[in-house]
Amino acid sequence: MNAPAITTAANTGKTSAAEGHFDLAAALKDAAKTALITLGLSIPILSYKTNQSGADLFLNPRWGLVAIICAIVFGLRLVLHAFTATRAYRKSLPSPHQATEAVHAEPSAYQKASRFGIPFFLGIALTFPILIYLIQGGLNESRYWVDLGILILTYVMLGWGLNIVVGLAGLLDLGYVAFYAVGAYSYALLSTTFGLSFWICLPLAGILAALWGMILGFPVLRLRGDYLAIVTLAFGEIVRLVLINWTDLTNGGAGISSIPRATFFGLPFTAGEGGFASTFGLEFNGMHRMIFLYYLILALALLTNFVTMRLRKLPVGRAWEALREDEIACRSLGINTTNTKLTAFAIGAMFGGFAGSFFAVRQGFVSPESFNFLESAIILAIVVMGGMGSQIGVAIAAIVLVGGPEILRNLNFLQSVFGTGFDPNEYRLLLFGIGMVAMMVWRPRGLISEREPSVILKERKAISGSLVKEGHG
Amino acid sequence: MSIAATNTPVPSSPTALSTARQPLLGVRGVKTYYGNIIALKGVDMDVHEGEIVTLIGANGAGKSTLMMTIFGNPRAREGTITYAGQDITRMPTHEIARMSIAQSPEGRRIFPRMSVFENLQMGASINGMAHFDQDLERVCTLFPRLKERLQQRGGTLSGGEQQMLAIARALMSRPKLLLLDEPSLGLAPLIVKQIFSIIKELNEKDGMTVFLVEQNAYHSLKLAHRGYVMVTGNITLSGTGKELLENPQVRAAYLEGGH
Repeated sequence: MNAPAITTAANTGKTSAAEGHFDLAAALKDAAKTALITLGLSIPILSYKTNQSGADLFLNPRWGLVAIICAIVFGLRLVLHAFTATRAYRKSLPSPHQATEAVHAEPSAYQKASRFGIPFFLGIALTFPILIYLIQGGLNESRYWVDLGILILTYVMLGWGLNIVVGLAGLLDLGYVAFYAVGAYSYALLSTTFGLSFWICLPLAGILAALWGMILGFPVLRLRGDYLAIVTLAFGEIVRLVLINWTDLTNGGAGISSIPRATFFGLPFTAGEGGFASTFGLEFNGMHRMIFLYYLILALALLTNFVTMRLRKLPVGRAWEALREDEIACRSLGINTTNTKLTAFAIGAMFGGFAGSFFAVRQGFVSPESFNFLESAIILAIVVMGGMGSQIGVAIAAIVLVGGPEILRNLNFLQSVFGTGFDPNEYRLLLFGIGMVAMMVWRPRGLISEREPSVILKERKAISGSLVKEGHG
Repeated sequence: MSIAATNTPVPSSPTALSTARQPLLGVRGVKTYYGNIIALKGVDMDVHEGEIVTLIGANGAGKSTLMMTIFGNPRAREGTITYAGQDITRMPTHEIARMSIAQSPEGRRIFPRMSVFENLQMGASINGMAHFDQDLERVCTLFPRLKERLQQRGGTLSGGEQQMLAIARALMSRPKLLLLDEPSLGLAPLIVKQIFSIIKELNEKDGMTVFLVEQNAYHSLKLAHRGYVMVTGNITLSGTGKELLENPQVRAAYLEGGH
């Protein structure tokens, strides 16, 4: 069934290579065809589940699942097309190293894949609670998955925030969790002490974390590499120890509990009159809050991504990248490296602070336990595995590193292979290690190590050889 | 010093200079230390507007140290450095760079993972990309090789192209004074010739002042209006390029072995 389809994929790839660009219409058509075949196949296999209850047999329809699988097949097919087309096209191109004429920006495989891949990922992220609702067949049943989605997105956001410091500016920060803690405690203390709402505390937490980013930034301005890593590591530990020992303010190791929950722009998620559910005429369900939190962290993460992408195109973002490449050259080009480093620390920390206050509002409880070195290490691992400076790579790494252990927890069928005492979750760190080693061997610079230039010359901007010399001095 | 005093109409003694005209770049009694080790032992040097001045010397003589000291990193412990009449001795590097002095540091130091285009943008960022398009055209006319490679990553260029990029990047800020640290380092003779002819063109057509630190004494002295010879942290000889080329001491120390 699949074999002819693959050859058509290769053919379309070749024809589009000859034309020089990716044939979207044909790819869409083919993807739609593939999805249709999937639908046909899944009708007898997937669409009904038989449930036995006593002597009776019930048919449970599962059309939601079928729809999702068709959508996934459609998306993957499209990505595959984009990928093969680019590969074939690339092969047909002479290597840029031997180019004798102006090489104009040909979109790389990454760019082309991302043209479809990113909307695909984004679509999944945006519709995730709905998909889960359809698959699991109820709000309460989808609780676990939405919770996992929130967790992953929190780490995506932290990864993106740290990516500014580590990936773009090249400053190895092992104490990023400190800013996460500052954000969480800012919200916890401001809301429990002054009764401020989440929406006021969120920017405040960001500002406070940014401030702490600067405070960390000043002493480490002259450090690089290993030394910087050690100092930031110490900073993270200091913040945690202060949180434990300053019992008057932080309640020490016992943490701060009963932190007010987030409201839907003023509407609390409560069962009574004036709550979210009754205002919108819905039946009260605790999951409303969870889904709201999901979209909240999604919005925050996308904000982080958006700001980072924009900053990369601004002088400050380019200065960060230049700083990562060569500090001396930066200075001799008139870049104030002090300010550049401080802004990187501050902006990275600010997003950590946002994520922290989100963490506090989600948990309703914060304690120093949550901000140990392991957290910093995981966030850093996400950034490094994703590929320094690559936004999509960081997102994928976060899904793998945070979602992976959760999948392990659900691999109960392995017990039938290895015996009932087998708990796959116990092998989490082992698999983690194997994964890391594999990464080091095959992709030592991260999943997506290709750096996208932040400016791409358009044809119209190409410089013709007939141009005369202009300007002076 | 001896040659300068006897032969040259452009004297290098400080008193004569200050009465003649103010140098664009003036270095007076500069001493630079690395920790307790003295690297520059009181250097006097002038670069006048419109000149190409070269500094030659053996490895470890302190040529690059002087170049870096002018840029404030490391700072001179004693002495003064003036640029266009302004004391820049204590200024931070990035502010010096904003005074229309551009530097192409030793070892090129381009940004390897950024494209050639982005490298050039970095050079233009000082004056807020004001004349970016014009300047881009200009450096592309000067270095047609770079034009071909605008989208390529800096690190994938050959050594000569990287050197061209380093110079081009320095030119993007429209400097009055261009400091070049060993532009011929590790390059094939043909490329060296090319780069030196571009330096000459910049000087003659645009009136750019160039201060050139070089090991390649023959080429740089032939190109330069004036030259200085540095030995272990001291300027030992100075004079016009031609004089230095003919000087037996210079010939013995730096030019034997032919070219």
